Amino acid sequence: MSDKLDNLYRDILMDHYKFPRGNKPLPMANLENEGHNPSCGDDIVMRFKLDGDKIEDVSVDCMGCAISVASGSMLAEIVKGKSVEEVLKIAKVVKAMLKGEDISTETNGMDLGDLEALRGVNKFPVRIKCALLSWTTMMDALKSKLNDNNITNSTTEQ
Amino acid sequence: MEVSEKAIRTGISGKGFNPERIKEDFPILRREINGYRLVYLDNAATTQKPAVVVDAIRHYYEHTNANVHRGLHTLAEEATAAFESTRDRIVPFINAAKREEIIYTRGTTEAINLVAYTWGKQNIRSGNRIVITQMEHHANLIPWIMLAKETGAELTYIPIDEKGYLDLRDIENIIDSRTILVALTHMSNVLGTINPVAEIAQLAHRRGARILVDGAQAVPHMPVDVRAIDADFYAFSGHKMLGPTGIGILYGKEEILNETNPFNFGGEMISTVHWDRVTWNELPWKFEAGTPNIEGAVALGAALDYLGKIGMENVRAHEKEITAYALKRLSELDHIKIFGPHDIDYRGGAVAFVDRDVHSHDVATFLDTRGVAVRAGHHCAQPLARLLGVTSTTRASFYIYNTNDDVDRLIEALKAMRKYFRHE
Repeated sequence: MSDKLDNLYRDILMDHYKFPRGNKPLPMANLENEGHNPSCGDDIVMRFKLDGDKIEDVSVDCMGCAISVASGSMLAEIVKGKSVEEVLKIAKVVKAMLKGEDISTETNGMDLGDLEALRGVNKFPVRIKCALLSWTTMMDALKSKLNDNNITNSTTEQ
Repeated sequence: MEVSEKAIRTGISGKGFNPERIKEDFPILRREINGYRLVYLDNAATTQKPAVVVDAIRHYYEHTNANVHRGLHTLAEEATAAFESTRDRIVPFINAAKREEIIYTRGTTEAINLVAYTWGKQNIRSGNRIVITQMEHHANLIPWIMLAKETGAELTYIPIDEKGYLDLRDIENIIDSRTILVALTHMSNVLGTINPVAEIAQLAHRRGARILVDGAQAVPHMPVDVRAIDADFYAFSGHKMLGPTGIGILYGKEEILNETNPFNFGGEMISTVHWDRVTWNELPWKFEAGTPNIEGAVALGAALDYLGKIGMENVRAHEKEITAYALKRLSELDHIKIFGPHDIDYRGGAVAFVDRDVHSHDVATFLDTRGVAVRAGHHCAQPLARLLGVTSTTRASFYIYNTNDDVDRLIEALKAMRKYFRHE
């Protein structure tokens, strides 16, 4: 297998794709948002159980390519139990990483864990929006909660 | 140029058709992609260009370049002659009646928009009906959605059946007396279906309606006779038939084009201009405002010559053969579902499929790492994808230089893909 492909579909990423975390019912959810990338046909439904400022639990139901599913699964794993502020900071780092920006200062002292596996996506420009879908959908949901706005469905396509 | 011509001759001698020899005329097909010889199976999106077409562009700019029609110097006369001679070659290629019926456009999309913006706005009123089909490309869908909205006309769809054919059971009621226009594709870019456009044209004309045929996927792949179809408008693109991008053709019946207002206003499309009034130029130039894509037309002429030497009957025969082989091989993979008809007499070489478990974008990315270029997505037909119950499909589409070996490479890559993404 070519290096290029393995850079995109890393083992960690494939594991998240094959066994997506957070894909479960969440009956006690109190925040929900959907994301759609119509040209890909990727659809995601995210539910959050917030306790004040803390994300107690999250469910991610993603129908899409390996990249979007794995990215959503990694999100589910890392945000659980964290504060909204922390999570928005991580999301910002993920976005910067996917765009190929230098994130060394932002990540100072931050453990990205499996998210490191998303680095390779940067080499595949058309797939960046796939990896971004869950993060953007989550950010839109949390920001609307903070600002007390209504949520409109999210997308990472223009 | 001589080398390529020789290759064409040898390519079609003997058994009639030799795609391996034709392949030699296409420099890009010698490329390696990710360590594999390129297998180009995205021909429904655009075809590759033989050396003679690339040479024609270069030759035009190195020897002939000038603006067309009004120049009085040698280069201008030669450029005009080269530009207009492609028009003369289009006439027999689609069996039009005369050169006045051949309008240069940027491509199929612009050709259809031209009709919608001019003839459509002139003739379609509230209460009229526009009939299209459920398998239209966005290029032959959105112009009519917009025109229907603007005019208050009703947009009605001919449905498709579960095999991917048009469902014509209710056609007599769908194309009714209110119908002003029927616009449909000759060959679907997703399902590959070849539609009975001549029969539908007959019914449309019986109702007093006009018919527009989107021939983007048909003209490159089989003999097309616009008069046998009795099409009022027929649109196609140069770049899907070995020519460059940015050049396409709108065929329209002369009497209809004469009654139709111009599309763009500017140079070339006028006869006399006063401060307060203008008279239009004659056909076909009435519809060709501004400096046209001259090198595009010239190179399209070279593409027509190339296809003419092979013969469109031979092109069609070859594609039937390779499509039949591809359908057979793909059917052997139980994780693959194929869309569109299986009867090769009623379909072309665009084969859309999905893997049961793997998203089409992952399929396409994986195939690319094996040097196999395919398309993945909704192929500019979102409502059709929704109807098929998928968000996107992978599409392999064939042309004159593809061989059964190329199909084998696709199948091997699909098997490896399956392994890579877990499932076997």
